[in-house]
Amino acid sequence: MIGPHLLSAADLTREDAVGVLDTTAELASVTDRSVKKLPTLRGRTVVNLFFEDSTRTRISFELAAKRLSADVINFAAKGSSVSKGESLKDTALTLEAMGADAVIIRHGASGAPYRLATAGWINGSVINAGDGTHEHPTQALLDAYTLRRHVRDADGIGADLEGVRVVIVGDILHSRVARSNVLLLRTLGAHVTVVAPPTLMPFGVETWPCEINYDIDDVLPKADAVMMLRVQAERMAGSYFPTELEYSRMYGLDSRRMDLMPSDAIVMHPGPMNRGVEISAEVADSPRAVVVEQVTNGVHVRMAVMYLLLGGAPSGTDSEGREG
Amino acid sequence: MSETIVLRGARPYGEQPRDIVVSDGRIAAIVDSGSGEADRIVSAEDCVILPGLVDLHTHLREPGREHAETIESGSRAAALGGYTCVHAMANTSPVADTAGVVEQVWRRGIECGLVEVRPVGAVTVGLAGAQLAELGAMAHSAAAVRVFSDDGLCVHDPLLMRRALEYVKAFDGVVAQHAQDPRLTEGAQMNESELSGRLGLAGWPAVAEESIIARDVLLAEHVGSRLHVCHVSTAGSVEVIRWAKSRGIPVTAEATPHHLLLTEELVATFDPIYKVNPPLRRAEDVQALREAVADGTIDIIATDHAPHPREDKDCEWAAAAMGMLGLETALGIVAQVFIESGLLDWRSVADLMSAAPARIGRVAGQGQPIEVGAVANLAVWDPSARTTVVADNLASRSRNTPYAGLELPGRVRHVLFEGRMTVNDGRIA
Amino acid sequence: MVAARTVLDADDIRRAVRRMAHEIIESAKGVDDLLLLGIPTRGVHLARRIADEIADIEGAEVPCGALDITLYRDDLALREVRALEETDIPVEGVDGRIVVLIDDVLYSGRTIRAALDALADYGRPAAVRLAVLIDRGHRELPIRPDFVGKNLPTSQSEKVKVRFAETDGEEFVVIEQVSS
Repeated sequence: MIGPHLLSAADLTREDAVGVLDTTAELASVTDRSVKKLPTLRGRTVVNLFFEDSTRTRISFELAAKRLSADVINFAAKGSSVSKGESLKDTALTLEAMGADAVIIRHGASGAPYRLATAGWINGSVINAGDGTHEHPTQALLDAYTLRRHVRDADGIGADLEGVRVVIVGDILHSRVARSNVLLLRTLGAHVTVVAPPTLMPFGVETWPCEINYDIDDVLPKADAVMMLRVQAERMAGSYFPTELEYSRMYGLDSRRMDLMPSDAIVMHPGPMNRGVEISAEVADSPRAVVVEQVTNGVHVRMAVMYLLLGGAPSGTDSEGREG
Repeated sequence: MSETIVLRGARPYGEQPRDIVVSDGRIAAIVDSGSGEADRIVSAEDCVILPGLVDLHTHLREPGREHAETIESGSRAAALGGYTCVHAMANTSPVADTAGVVEQVWRRGIECGLVEVRPVGAVTVGLAGAQLAELGAMAHSAAAVRVFSDDGLCVHDPLLMRRALEYVKAFDGVVAQHAQDPRLTEGAQMNESELSGRLGLAGWPAVAEESIIARDVLLAEHVGSRLHVCHVSTAGSVEVIRWAKSRGIPVTAEATPHHLLLTEELVATFDPIYKVNPPLRRAEDVQALREAVADGTIDIIATDHAPHPREDKDCEWAAAAMGMLGLETALGIVAQVFIESGLLDWRSVADLMSAAPARIGRVAGQGQPIEVGAVANLAVWDPSARTTVVADNLASRSRNTPYAGLELPGRVRHVLFEGRMTVNDGRIA
Repeated sequence: MVAARTVLDADDIRRAVRRMAHEIIESAKGVDDLLLLGIPTRGVHLARRIADEIADIEGAEVPCGALDITLYRDDLALREVRALEETDIPVEGVDGRIVVLIDDVLYSGRTIRAALDALADYGRPAAVRLAVLIDRGHRELPIRPDFVGKNLPTSQSEKVKVRFAETDGEEFVVIEQVSS
């Protein structure tokens, strides 16, 4: 199984990924009970260490931890060198002193979770909730889970995404969601195409395990799922594209383009959406957009990740209890 | 009258063993091994003797960042690395852009008395790239500055670079350019490559270095000035310099030990010990640099010794400072990369690390051949030893060496600076 | 060296299951409020068989499902993390029902304790009964079965092995003496 940390989607084998999705499926039913709690992580302490503002992701992790009866500490830290706040190291040492079993970290610097996991400052598990423009593995997992529920029968227990065609459109260059998704979807056997203007494609993207296309209309008719990524207005200052209008004309998903997609293909978005830029309001509100479902699934996927990382013996110990 | 010293049984440039007798700060005699006489006999059997190493690119951090390094601790590190002369870059605080600051640095170097400290003068006031600094005043000061550089930053305005190149001709100065187009490298964290795309770290494309070098060699040709290129790091840069030299343009270039040994793969650990400017590049670039050193396209090895305090490296990548230590490990790395591989002999290394840098910096008393009458700046290298780099054992105030745990060939055994022993059996004398 | 002794063969199992089905019906005075929940893995198949027997005897379908107790175990921290099994609570729900928990082997009683905690988070049954194929003794908690296929006194150095056609391709219960 996975562990002791979840830092990158590349850390998961196909077996690991399917295992996480299956665990998610079992945990999802908790939301349907009147008692939406499980005692499994009672007594464990989970810290949300968020250096970037992100209410929705933080709440998702918080809810997931609480559903498993863990204690949650929310640590809204200010950035490192720029704002001269407490350093990552000192923050980590403080959390270790408080007895954190797991630290969920979102940070603006790519690689910050790796430092946390390898520098020897803390002993607990590190879960990457998004680091710079590098990765966001739980987002990829919840996207894969959402996809699996739509393209496979029933719960899809045990199923991967072999042969499923996914298109990811947007600022691939700056998107940690794109990076994690390309890795994870490929691991699960899906076929991925990334679409963006050349200026928003990462250097060396030809070596990635996906196809590249600069023309969105070319790929929509064969897609099982289209994932739209948020495009930030700040990118215009970097001359990545001339105007929002031109971007929207060339790469935005509106009703006309949605009609090019197969009738049962779904529209996904990690949120928050820029209605009118990468996705039109009509598409965002249509029944084919599963954005809200992604949010629900996000809590369950994060429950699964926390269970798999914290629900057993700390690595190294292994003693037998009697069965029955 | 200081004591006379004989270095017993040493091999100048790794050649036949001789006794070298030093007196009054100069080489008094070179005689058959075993026959030299002096007040003090220093055993140097089977050791290689090189002219004292000259670093054209060092950061001593004083004034302003003494917690990272001081002129004294930097001098100790330099001496232990076999150096008798270092050029202290100008990006201190205050910046070395006036006669006052360069004289202060120069005097402090003399006080410490372990190596000759040649201050480098800034090209522009405050390194701001807007207005020429008082280059003449610095040249005519007691520090006699000949090398000018905004290193850390690029002189990116082509007009200013032209003016600087022209102006320093008056006193036989040279502009040492840190080639990095700022517009192409805003927020850059590592070499721009397939790896940077995967790791989500902003890329520092090779063209940002190459395009500046291309422009500068053409400017140098146009105005008839010397140009020196700092820390060349890419294969493309090597080609531009090779082309420029073939046209007779008076350009010299340096490569650092880390760019001759380490590649960008190390960045995947996200450990900021590998964060440096210019960044670590691909294996192809390392290979091209080695060949360029061997064929003379690259004239010198310079360390770009860049000390940083612990907190500037003990953090996430984006927040970390750029730079690596280099003085104490340079000769070991050169020995491994060039001598052990047979690419070069010790005479070539002596030129790369002593004679040529002294020539470029116009430092008369340094980089002299090992012959009677020469100033006694000598480094004694024991090639048989092997040293494992231990960060805590370094003389530098800082600990940011990327080589911790690495085993390197040889060790500096003794160093003579102007006839005095500064290093005796691997320790400051 | 492992010595094995067969205690139940396929026919024995079949007869025990049929008898337990009769006992469950009798105890509940009919099938109206019954709901069977098997504990994965083999308990689920056992529950299915009992449900089929009840349908055969009374001519009525009894809701039957599965209750995974992994998340409620008291020994999670002792071993590597365990994969979750399937939980399937029938649409009728557990409120007000006579829930019969069904497992293949009853030993320390901790599994059933976990099952009771899990059940409590799903609702409030009118009553909870316990049916097991084998009771091998050595209880560590005050748990007692209501319906037993076979009482099998064992020593703690022995292992009880249950094999079902659905999961293992063969049908028997053996006791293995694990000797060094």
